[in-house]
Amino acid sequence: MADFLPYIVAKYNYWAALVLLLIGLYGMIAKNNLLKKVIAMSIFQSAIILFYVSMGDKKGSTIPILLHGHGEHGALAIDPSQYANPLPHVLMLTAIVVGVSTLGVALAVLQKIHRVHGTIEEDEILESIEE
Amino acid sequence: MTAAQFPILILIIPLLAAFAISLFGGRRDKLAYGLLLAAMSGSFYAALQTLLLVLETNIPIHYRLGGWAPPYGIELVIDHLNAMVLCLVSGCALLTAIYSLPTVRAEIPDRIHHYYTLYCLLVTGLAGMVATGDAFNLYVLLEISALSSYAMLARGRGNAYYATFKYIIMGTIGACFYLLGVGYLYIKTGTLNMADLFRLLAEEEMQQSITIRIGFILIMIGIWIKMAFFPLHGWLPNAYTRASTTTSCLIAPLMTKVSVYIMLRLMFSVFSVEFVYGVIPWHEQIVWLASLAIVAGSISALAQRNLKKMLTYIIVAEVGYMVGGAWLANESGLAGTVYHILSDALMTLALFMAVGAIIHKTGKSSFAAMEGIFRKMPVTSAVFVLGGFAIIGIPPTCGFFSKWYLIRGGIETGQWLFVGALLFSSLINAIIFFRLIERAYFGDLSGHGHGPLPERDEAPAVMLVPMVVTAAALVIIGLYTSEIIGRIVLWTIPAGL
Repeated sequence: MADFLPYIVAKYNYWAALVLLLIGLYGMIAKNNLLKKVIAMSIFQSAIILFYVSMGDKKGSTIPILLHGHGEHGALAIDPSQYANPLPHVLMLTAIVVGVSTLGVALAVLQKIHRVHGTIEEDEILESIEE
Repeated sequence: MTAAQFPILILIIPLLAAFAISLFGGRRDKLAYGLLLAAMSGSFYAALQTLLLVLETNIPIHYRLGGWAPPYGIELVIDHLNAMVLCLVSGCALLTAIYSLPTVRAEIPDRIHHYYTLYCLLVTGLAGMVATGDAFNLYVLLEISALSSYAMLARGRGNAYYATFKYIIMGTIGACFYLLGVGYLYIKTGTLNMADLFRLLAEEEMQQSITIRIGFILIMIGIWIKMAFFPLHGWLPNAYTRASTTTSCLIAPLMTKVSVYIMLRLMFSVFSVEFVYGVIPWHEQIVWLASLAIVAGSISALAQRNLKKMLTYIIVAEVGYMVGGAWLANESGLAGTVYHILSDALMTLALFMAVGAIIHKTGKSSFAAMEGIFRKMPVTSAVFVLGGFAIIGIPPTCGFFSKWYLIRGGIETGQWLFVGALLFSSLINAIIFFRLIERAYFGDLSGHGHGPLPERDEAPAVMLVPMVVTAAALVIIGLYTSEIIGRIVLWTIPAGL
């Protein structure tokens, strides 16, 4: 246990992403209310976005913009160890767009389900299909 | 326009057509239909030219988007395997586009141009997934095709919305697992280009890394969900059964086959033969799972009384064929898988088109729709019979040859369970189709045999022509098997197998 705690603390960002991921996965599989499933889906996607964003960060690093590029601190953010890796962040811009679109489609379909079946509880929908 | 631009044209033409159709297609249905046909023909022509170029030179084409050199820029890489799959995707999309007008008019009369916009976006996504040489780009295109397929599937009948909702949840889990796996690879290697990943992952340190193994497993699970590999297939039958006719003709043959292609691409172009079969010691268990998929899919298909639902369970079984063949870890099995991508897409297309025409004409989707269909719709039923023969695996249709290679691969590696499952599935398919053909030819034997003979009432020509072309392709590809295997399929076998 004494070895385990530093292990968690050292990589706490990945643990946080993992916990969120599992919450999302549990919600998508176990929840009966379809809107809760959609919320869980969003949590699941956000967990992956956080995972990517946190892996690009470094201790004491700045944003990847050429600060004071021509001044006396010209070398401030040119060395790659001094700024956060921008690539995962850029990738996640795309992933956020994908997530929002999926959420939009899911909500639209959910609205249609409510119009057809009159409910968004999964067991009640299954009952109404069987009738 | 130079020949060097053909790889990107395969995806750019449908993408631009999507904009054009959503802007101008609302004025007249015929205009939207014409734009769709023009876009699909252009895309198919570009794919065909790319395939011919690859066959001529026998070296992969590298197309740099914007001229940026990999690994910093995104590139399209087209070799024998994806040149063939690209032709298949754009060819099937063209045939389905020609076929679509009567059924779309009947089923979605109000928003034809929106539907065709989604159609173009779906084809863009599928072709892009096949052509790209970048792991993250693949995720984005996967989601483009998935989002447009959600919207298309939701415009179905009955409880299509609920079935689509389940697909959205499952599809998102699959895509996110893939994304998470790619993240693991990125942490270890710092690159997303497939060729670069392949180079870096070949190192001894990477081969032993737990992170890379977990990344590989996450990616595989994500793709298996996407391709509806048993036991992750739960979403597929309902979503495809409730879909409108054209949607199922487009999505059912292509979506699962493109996923199988992606599995092969990642197994051999990102990871290596030694890693997939050596470091991950599970390939025998995956073949058992595939055998189970074949048996379960076939038995579920036998139990159905709805034509389309029966076909969707046959797809589940066919996915088992291809996954099993790929994990047999020998040349015949892999050749069978690659060849089966081609033949299975065409036979599924032929069957879905024929069933779609029958449902369109009779208005029924149960087995009762088949009664006396030989007299009513002779051409459609001939296509149905030919498609059924290909699924069963009767020579000279191409279904026989792909199954032959898969069975040979199973015998060579001593995977008797897989061989048994393949033979069992052929037997079940024979029962399924001959039962239907009997009904179609003789009608209901138990009932009124002396009623008036049904009138001839064939589907319109725009539906018949693509159907007949697909059915003819089944036989022609079967007859040219040795050429296709020699010129294309054997080139796709990775070194070291």
